[in-house]
Amino acid sequence: MISIMRAAMISLRRDRGALAMSFILPIAFFSIFAIIFAGRRDVTPKITVIVVDEDRSRASERLIQGLEREGSLAVKTRPEPKRGAPQPGYTATTAEAAVKGGTVPVALIVPHGFGENPISFGGGGNRAAIQLLKDRSDMVAWQMLAGLLQKVAMTSMPDVMAEQGAKYVDQYVGGYTPEQRSRLDASLDHFRREEAERSAAAGGEVGATTTGFADGGMISVATRDVIGENKDSPMVSFYAAAIGVMFLLFTSSRASGSLLDEAENGTLDRVLSSRVTMLALLGGKLVFNMILAFSQLVLMFLWGWAVFKLEFFPHIPGFVVMGVSTAFAVGAFGMLLASVCQTRNQLGALSTLVILIMSSVGGSMFPRFLMPEAMQKAGLLTINAWAIDGFTKVFWRDEPLWRLWPQVAVLLATGAVLFAIARKLAQRWEYV
Amino acid sequence: MASAVPVPSSLPLRIDGLIKRFGSVVAVDGVTLELPSGECLGLLGPNGAGKSTLIRGIVGRVIPDAGKVSVFGSAADSAKAREALGWVPQELALYSRLTSRENLESFGRYHGLAGSALRQAVRWCLDWAALLDRADEPVKNLSGGMKRRLNMAAGLIHQPKVVLMDEPTVGVDPQSRNRIFEMIEQLHGAGMSIIYTTHYMEEAERLCDRIAIMDHGRVIALGAKEELIRNTFASRSQVLARFADPVDRVAAWVEQRGGILVGAGAQFTVEHPTEIAGLLDAGAKAGLELVDISLRRPNLESVFLHLTGRELRD
Repeated sequence: MISIMRAAMISLRRDRGALAMSFILPIAFFSIFAIIFAGRRDVTPKITVIVVDEDRSRASERLIQGLEREGSLAVKTRPEPKRGAPQPGYTATTAEAAVKGGTVPVALIVPHGFGENPISFGGGGNRAAIQLLKDRSDMVAWQMLAGLLQKVAMTSMPDVMAEQGAKYVDQYVGGYTPEQRSRLDASLDHFRREEAERSAAAGGEVGATTTGFADGGMISVATRDVIGENKDSPMVSFYAAAIGVMFLLFTSSRASGSLLDEAENGTLDRVLSSRVTMLALLGGKLVFNMILAFSQLVLMFLWGWAVFKLEFFPHIPGFVVMGVSTAFAVGAFGMLLASVCQTRNQLGALSTLVILIMSSVGGSMFPRFLMPEAMQKAGLLTINAWAIDGFTKVFWRDEPLWRLWPQVAVLLATGAVLFAIARKLAQRWEYV
Repeated sequence: MASAVPVPSSLPLRIDGLIKRFGSVVAVDGVTLELPSGECLGLLGPNGAGKSTLIRGIVGRVIPDAGKVSVFGSAADSAKAREALGWVPQELALYSRLTSRENLESFGRYHGLAGSALRQAVRWCLDWAALLDRADEPVKNLSGGMKRRLNMAAGLIHQPKVVLMDEPTVGVDPQSRNRIFEMIEQLHGAGMSIIYTTHYMEEAERLCDRIAIMDHGRVIALGAKEELIRNTFASRSQVLARFADPVDRVAAWVEQRGGILVGAGAQFTVEHPTEIAGLLDAGAKAGLELVDISLRRPNLESVFLHLTGRELRD
């Protein structure tokens, strides 16, 4: 028994691929999931929200200031400066366009008249509702914002709350005596001074994040989908692309492994002794990889159409553009992996390691908006992220073809660079 | 197809001072050879002699450190040379999931064949390799001998003028080996120029017009079989004697008499068969008990043994 164990130990020690799969992959995955889901405060993802203050009342300003102090929110009231020139503030229209375009997942419009009756207990009434415009492909952002709105109302506007409470007393109890009114005014002044001092202090989160009560809360909020409102399932197109790209990467690396098989059995030598050059050989395999990858994507999206009501046919032009770009990048990625490895076993281990990590960071396993900001940025180093973003633009945002240029450019450039490196590495088979 | 091969006007293949090193190992050490039109030249040598490296150098799959290879006057890495050369590698360099026909079609296309020319070439190759009835069988389902024949056919799909065969009978049963010999003889008979590497003396003797004996990357002897034997042994013959005594006793006596120990027996080269009597007498005087003795004409194995002190299949 000990002899068997010893032989197995020696084999494992000499099989670097198996070693990597046994130890590096689990640790890498554990780390990625821990960072995403363990809730470390320093890496919790911030939700970027556009806020438009149409009311410009004291209450609306206080509410927005309260939102700005929330550590989990990044409040934007105007676009980033262009060439150093400050841009005009967002309006309801431009805010809606920004949500539609995917710049932010959610926007708040504080309407005229909000300050006259900002909060009420029990909901309803004649309040001017804040509009929450959302992209429902991000399931987290709007729900978190809705909750925070109610929380901010509680913590950032104590004077407004007290004032509103006094109004209820006036309305339902029959008013205050002059002495009570004087004391109430003094207390309200005190609240306002406290709030002013707090505002003056450097921003910082106040209190703990609580989950909200949405429309039934103190602040009336009208939530509206500004994108995908007519689509059946917001996540179908996302997962068709996300899962599709991950399996494309696996398929491509496996297909590229034929290069290693051919090098091992001598077919590669025979081919290279014919008219076929190494560039033509790699090019041929790349095109094969692309056709294979594109076919897989077609099948994936057709399945999505047939079973999950994905709107495939109206989006065929965008699908073709993104499909070809993705297939090129993925095909070249497979060629590179095969060129780096010496054997099929090595390729199997390396591709599993790299593809699973790329897929988790790049958003194939769970949406990137769930990830901390740094990891979202790291995701941009993966083919997955760019491909998913592009397909989301096509199928979810219904964006015109020309708006796909960043994703297409990155995927094509990535493919070209990876293929060039693969070609360079393949010299080892050429010049013996 | 072979009958349609045009007779080349210049020397099909010339190798001039080819050297190839792998690190400190000199795999090919200054080989110079010429292959005249229609000749079958054998490269005979043990494993590791440098035969395959030399072949790979000719087809441009190893880059030589020095020397030159020209095919009908063109550099070995030129397109013209590639089209003139057909290479049958030692490995079964085939797509195992493709059928025989699909393999031949693929390699034909790699050489630029298409349409009816490709179809004709594939048919000729299948016929030549006696695989017409297995044309649509995936390679992985073929027998070892069939795979070998297909491997050879794939090297001839583009109708080359010079064929380089690198140990095409490795791992083949005697019956299939005979079929392969017939295929090669058919090509040879049709006037094709062939280089045939082997470490089987019998194959070289049967198939080759001239034989280059290789050892440690060098050509140590070159010529027709009889020429090699004559140059090495002149009119001498070989006496093989086996004794019942321990090998170390025999070895000491053999060395003293100027012979070579081959296995457990002793081998002597004699000018005349009458010298056998003297050997028997000396053996008896040394106290050795003779089991049997034979006289034979030297062969290529003897030449190799004589030149290197080792057997071909050490």
